[in-house]
Amino acid sequence: MSGKEQAESAGADLPCSSLLLDTTAEDHHIARMAAVALGLTILESAIPSPLPGVKPGLANIVTLIVLARYGWRAAAWVSLLRVLAGSLLFGNFLAPGFFLSLSGALCSLVVLGLARHLPVRWFGPVSHSIHAAFAHIAGQMLVVYFWLIPHTGIAYLIPIFAAAALLFGTVNGLIAARFMDSETVAENRKPIRRPQKSYGSPG
Amino acid sequence: MIYKLAMQHIKPGDWLTLLLGGTLVVALTLKLWNGDLADKAIIRSGGKIFREVSLSRDQKIEVPGPLGISIVSIRDRKARIASDPSPRQYCVRQGWLQQAGEIAICLPNQVSVELAGSRSKYDSLNY
Repeated sequence: MSGKEQAESAGADLPCSSLLLDTTAEDHHIARMAAVALGLTILESAIPSPLPGVKPGLANIVTLIVLARYGWRAAAWVSLLRVLAGSLLFGNFLAPGFFLSLSGALCSLVVLGLARHLPVRWFGPVSHSIHAAFAHIAGQMLVVYFWLIPHTGIAYLIPIFAAAALLFGTVNGLIAARFMDSETVAENRKPIRRPQKSYGSPG
Repeated sequence: MIYKLAMQHIKPGDWLTLLLGGTLVVALTLKLWNGDLADKAIIRSGGKIFREVSLSRDQKIEVPGPLGISIVSIRDRKARIASDPSPRQYCVRQGWLQQAGEIAICLPNQVSVELAGSRSKYDSLNY
């Protein structure tokens, strides 16, 4: 209590709050991408699903792009922030649904960490996405089996989940590859414009 | 458009991943949806049903017979006769039963274990 009051009084003395956090450009990238992922999660929750748990996982598109552009650490941040913030928004923080998302996200992050060392010449975002999708469903099934429904009857659902993982993994990977394409095109355009300016000023 | 997108962005290794993923899905479907996964074990002694037990719980059951006690063991949705006083041990050597309709019979001790699924299948004894 007293600490809080001190902080408030300090805030009153100093109009520029002393609670300013130093943020780096990377933090901003991560926050922005996590926000996009969160938006996709909310969008996705509006799509009706024939079976609970079969979801396109659109937010993983963002994870894939972040992985390719900023590396694994940033992808882990974005993915886990999305899980945490999503659970707060949907009100299932620390509920079973949260742990399902968390285990799925952790498993796919581990697999993505391994999959991105595959030779880039042969394996693209589509492979990463499929691997991540299978890892995601595997992580969820482990939590379901060892904690929520310890009954082997859930084995009947595995083929459906696996087929969905393959389908949505492929689609998400294609979308991510498409986005990365347009990003590299945009990046390639910038250096073309800059020389035009510099040509103008010396002459 | 999707076709063009796929052609542009799927690299050779991605095709390999897709192929492996598809194989995995088909294998899982064939393995898990063959429709006759057993649900319960029917244990008979002396021709009468001694107990019907679910396969979902691992346990050991002692079944008395004329020669002594046979032990039925249930583990990982499989069942077997773990020990039996019969001289030739045919039912013990049969090993784990997994599919519905499989049966292990210890004739001398008049004990048998049969697996049953949601629907009964035809076999050579029961047509």
